Amino acid sequence: MKQVLLSGIALIFLIAAAWAPQWLLFLLALALAKGLVVLGLLLLMRTGLVSFGQGLYFGLGAYAAALLAHRGGLADAALMIVAGTACAAAVAAILGLLLARYREIFFAMLSLAFSMILYGLLVKSSALGSTDGFHVQVKQFAGIALAAGAERRVFFAVSVVATLAAGWLLHRYLASHWGRLSEAIRDNELRVEYLGASVYRVVYANYLIAAALAGLGGAFAALAVGHVDPETAYWTTSGEFVFIAILGGTGNVLAPFLSAAIFEALRTVASQYAPNVWQMALGVAMLAIIMFLPGGLWTLVRRKAA
Amino acid sequence: MSTFAAVVFDGVVYSSWLFLMAAGLTLIYGVMRILNIAHGSLYALGAYTAASLGGAWIAAGYAPAGSFAMLALAVLLVGAVMGPLIERGLLKWMYGKDEIVLLLVTYAVFLILEDAIKLVWGVESKLFSEPYALPGNFAIGALVYPVYNLVLIAVAVVTGLALSWALYYTRQGKLLLAVIHDREMSAAMGINVDRVYLATFTLGAMLAGLGGALTAPMIAVSPGIGVEVIVLSFAVVVVGGLGSLGGAALGALMVGLARSVAVRYWPEGELFIIYFVMALVLIARPKGLFSAPEARKI
Repeated sequence: MKQVLLSGIALIFLIAAAWAPQWLLFLLALALAKGLVVLGLLLLMRTGLVSFGQGLYFGLGAYAAALLAHRGGLADAALMIVAGTACAAAVAAILGLLLARYREIFFAMLSLAFSMILYGLLVKSSALGSTDGFHVQVKQFAGIALAAGAERRVFFAVSVVATLAAGWLLHRYLASHWGRLSEAIRDNELRVEYLGASVYRVVYANYLIAAALAGLGGAFAALAVGHVDPETAYWTTSGEFVFIAILGGTGNVLAPFLSAAIFEALRTVASQYAPNVWQMALGVAMLAIIMFLPGGLWTLVRRKAA
Repeated sequence: MSTFAAVVFDGVVYSSWLFLMAAGLTLIYGVMRILNIAHGSLYALGAYTAASLGGAWIAAGYAPAGSFAMLALAVLLVGAVMGPLIERGLLKWMYGKDEIVLLLVTYAVFLILEDAIKLVWGVESKLFSEPYALPGNFAIGALVYPVYNLVLIAVAVVTGLALSWALYYTRQGKLLLAVIHDREMSAAMGINVDRVYLATFTLGAMLAGLGGALTAPMIAVSPGIGVEVIVLSFAVVVVGGLGSLGGAALGALMVGLARSVAVRYWPEGELFIIYFVMALVLIARPKGLFSAPEARKI
């Protein structure tokens, strides 16, 4: 049943890739890209960690992908996606050694510090366009030249496939030994240690996965927007990811995408009609979710199913 | 030599400003265990209120020296209105939740206040430079500085001393320390913890407002000024150790001096260096410089 439902949704998305108007395509592409980042955040939150610095990997992924096209002259989308993910994962492999020792507010703060370091570097590097960032033009995917106007559609279709793969893999991971351990760590990590499992390794692995997903999301966002700027690494971007994660809840791997889509749709409507109260609406929604739906919007979906 | 003195002076001025922001943040965290993201909005509110009141004062044709009184009034207003409003109206219902959830609650408050400010004051920037120009200038070597910088340093030092005096030598302060030490036990001993929380948050809001009001004359007050201040003061507070007043002072000095050295010798590194210091300190001492060891709970 679930598989049927999922493949149905995927099919609709792929059809959307071919027929949807540009604005809808853009909205969905951004929702998927952010959903990927939040998927990583979901894994961290299941482990009891909230990162206020996923913008670091989102920005890294976006910039690594964009630089490959801009400087390296390798304007191939497939390569860019791989580069973005790999770059984020490589940095996380180093920083993770350190961050895996931190918990709660200190984890949030240290990850924030690292993302702000990247932001500080990007803002001041005139070679990378400082605060303006730079454009990314890509006309090729895996060696195949793309027709003008069709690039975005192809990138979107690729991101649908990548998202499906990522979601499925993470779903399997959550049900695996280490996935179960993650939740145990959130509940009481000292007891997990006493039971003979290595908390450090699980946290490290989860951090790495979350970063790779954020890098992947960043690369897709760079392709979808066609532009990168330091804002991708700013703390408000990271805050946005946390917001989307809270909105959706950590109940299911689909929750981040559902809530990212709602978020992007609301943002599109709000920026059109009420640009000055958009953040206020976000804040009120967040308070309402924290108070009345601590499990996020996914609780509604589950309640209906049950 | 003179450039060195200038670098140090710049650093100390910046540190004073940082300290004012960080003191309120660390106080609120120490007592209530809330890392208050809305602190940046309170700062912005302070700046806006000061600019409006001061602007009205000047426009009414009163003596320019009185604009300093308007700054003080703005501080009191922000503290007295926003402190109780946020604490009684919202945070009160959230106690007992996870620290990280409380962080998100204040993030929501920040988002709401950001737009509220735009709705009230509009999106155009406000200028209110009279208090900045009024006290005149003085020179260090060949460099001329506004005396206002000295005012900033003086206010920071006095605030720091007054806070530590109030905390360690008055009855109210000792009650506060008792609540920090053990909330439940002090409630059992008859301390009105609710009132302590309210007073703390109001005081913290006032300090944020003070930072904002003192900054208003130096900048063009415009939307979004609170956004960067939040992470900056986070950096300071985390460097010093969350909840420690002395830590906030030391953290402010470290971050402020590091920044002014960077601005002089490596301008591209201005932002980088601040968060680099923060990351270094957290790596060396995971809970900041001044942090008490905590017992592990099973």
